[in-house]
This record gives sequence, C-alpha cells and structure tokens, in this order.
Amino acid sequence: MRVTINDVERELTTPPLETLLHALREELGITSPKAGCQQGGCGACTVLVDGEPQRSCLTPLAAVDGRAITTVEGLGAPGHLSPVQAAFYEQYGVQCGFCTPGFVLATTALLERNPSPSREEILEELGGHVCRCTGYVKIVAAVEAAARGEVSDAAIHAGATGPSPVEPEVLVPGSPA
Amino acid sequence: MVDLSDVIVPTSAADAAAAFGDGAGTTVLAGGTIVMPELKLGRLRPQRTLYLGRAGLDRIERDGAKYRIGAMTPVSKLVNGAPPPLSTFAAHVADYEIRRQATIGGNLCAPPGTSAPRGDLQAPLLALGARVRSTGAGGERTESVDDFLASGGNGRLVLDLEVDEPKRAATAGVRRPHAHAYSILAVAAAETADGVRVAILGAGPRAVRAASVERALAGGASNDEAASKVLDDVEPVDDALASAWYRREVLPGLVARALEDLR
Repeated sequence: MRVTINDVERELTTPPLETLLHALREELGITSPKAGCQQGGCGACTVLVDGEPQRSCLTPLAAVDGRAITTVEGLGAPGHLSPVQAAFYEQYGVQCGFCTPGFVLATTALLERNPSPSREEILEELGGHVCRCTGYVKIVAAVEAAARGEVSDAAIHAGATGPSPVEPEVLVPGSPA
Repeated sequence: MVDLSDVIVPTSAADAAAAFGDGAGTTVLAGGTIVMPELKLGRLRPQRTLYLGRAGLDRIERDGAKYRIGAMTPVSKLVNGAPPPLSTFAAHVADYEIRRQATIGGNLCAPPGTSAPRGDLQAPLLALGARVRSTGAGGERTESVDDFLASGGNGRLVLDLEVDEPKRAATAGVRRPHAHAYSILAVAAAETADGVRVAILGAGPRAVRAASVERALAGGASNDEAASKVLDDVEPVDDALASAWYRREVLPGLVARALEDLR
C-alpha cells in the first residue's frame, strides 16, 4: 500500500485491516499519534488525512491507500514550529502532553476551514480531544492566539538550540518532586 | 475492484452488491468506528471483509420533499443535508472527527451496545418512517426501517435509505457530557403523512417505536396522557451510563417535551 506521510511517499507492508495508528507507530516509528483508548474516544491518535483530522486508531490502512497523512512531525520541527505549534508552546497549552499532537493537528485543520472561530466553535470542534487533566483554559487561549496570529518569533524558533543542557537541581534527594 | 488480499474494496455499488453476495462469512466495514476496535481487540475475526469506502453510496439526493441517502453518507453530512429530526440527532453524535468518519448505514446496522446505547440514528429514522434498500440473499429489497431493525439486518448490505421531509419534527434527550457525548435516552418525534410517529433510543437493545404513545395521540389524548404510555413500549436496561430505574423515571417527561415542541 502506498501512502504519502508528511510529504514523503512510503510503501507500507502492514496488513490492510491493521489500523493506520499501528502502521505509523510500529512500521514507521512515528510515535506522535498516541495509542490511547484505541476506540476513538480520546482523540490522542488523531492525524490529518488529506488535511482533515481523523482517528488513526479507527482507520484501517486500506482506507488511506493513495492518500496524504500529516502528523505533527510534518507541521514543523524544533526551531521552525508551525504557528499552531508555536502558540501551544507560548501559551503553555500543554499539561501532560499526551493529547497535544491531536489538539495541534485538529486546531491546524480547524483554522484552515475557519480562520477565526468563536470560542463556542473551538469548544465544539475540538471537543473530541478533551482529556481529563483540566488544562483547557490555556489550550483554548493557544487556539485563539494562533487564530489571531499572535505568535512571537521566539516561539516559532523555540527548540532551535535543543533542550536545555542544565540538569534540574534535586532539592531533596528522594523527593518525588 | 482493488484487491488487497483479505480485504475486498469494491469501487461501485454494483461491485459491492456482487462481492457481498448472500453475505455469508462477510464482515462489512464502512466508517470503521465500531468494527475497528472489535478487530483490534480480537472480538471479531472476519474470514472475509468488504470495505465500502470506495463504493460510492455516499451521496444525498433530494427530489422535492424526498431524500435518498446513500448508506456510506457520513453522519456529518446529515447535519445540514437531511431533514429533522435526523439532522438534529446527527449533530449530537460523538464529536467532529467521529461524525466525519461514521456512516448512516453503519449506525443503522450497529449491534446493540453493552455499556452504552448505540445506533442513535435509528430513532429518527423510525420517526420519519424511513425505507431501507438493501441487497443480500434473494436479491435487492426495500422495506420499512421498522422491519429492517426487527430482523437485525443480518445478511443484508444496506445500499441507501429514503425519507420524506416531515410536516413537523422534534427531539428531546439526555446525554452524558463527555467528549463522546453518549445518548442516555433520546426521543425523536415527527408528523408524517401517516400521523405522528415517536421513537425512543436508549430504552432497549435497539431504538423502538412508541406505538402506545402514537395510538393515544391518534385517539385524542393530551400530550402528557400520551407520553405516560411510553413505558408500555420500552424495556429499559442498566448500563454504564444509567440505570433502568432512572430511564423509566425520565422517559415520560422527555416524550412529553418532544410532543410539546412538535405542536
């Protein structure tokens, strides 16, 4: 089966009834789509298929033969984030991060079809990604900032120099903090 | 026809019907929102799978007050493309992504859920008196959605559904506020050429007509009197969302609310 993934055409050997999620993670090693609930409820496995968000855990590989898949790796890279990725970084629209790739991709598609969504539209159309960490205020702020183009150059270039080389200081040895 | 070893991918409705044959040993894969987790968990081990994603059957054709809706039409297309109460129910199914992937044919054929009601669209299709065109053993046939659901749809491949714009329509329901927005209970009511039809989702393994309510209305009963008959028509069960007791307590009020909105 031939699938374009992040602009690169790939020939996949995963069987056609396996999920797209399985092919991405296990055959290609692309781990940004998360294997969360694996029944369509959590949204963490979401990828873009021809630009529209879709649950990769519910999608048989047979359904994407000849189509174009985008994961967050295809949106930007450290030092060259997409505006939506940069907005999530700058607004700290991340808590544990498990739902973040799905939110970023769904937001990218939402702003493509509706460049200035209302707060209600954001909540409705991203509702399938809501998890349980409660960090939604900042996620919605990130979507609104991306829609308004309020993303700094510093955020776009975040990660250019790699992760901080400084090890965090352990205040109390053995403390869970 | 594309050959993908164990998956048959017909590229037209005629190919799909031919490949389905009498349906023996064949698992039909439409949007995948129900079948894929079953495959993943190993609860379903198909000998032969028919994937309908390229068979067409995904269009809504409107001729005046008549709508012909292909079985592969995604739920999202019903929101603005189908008459109420079908459009209202479609708008409340799951979330944005699932509505784009799930199909009306899959929803109609959804096996009863054990932890939450499935097949939300069965209720508005019953209320609208939809006709179901399907193929399988004995060839093509068109039957009422009531008859189709009564037989469980086994051995049939749904091709399309036909509904008429109702004179009036109304809905009422209680949902679980979650990303997946499961329906705990929902009522679809429509005034068609046959009179008022009422259907209930979430009070039995599949959606059912509230025949006692319809008879009471036709006999001149008030909305509240008619609604109180609904418990004669349903067999609520306990599941992960609500108890049978809760459903019995809430349902007559929901039916009354839908009837109020209808008139």
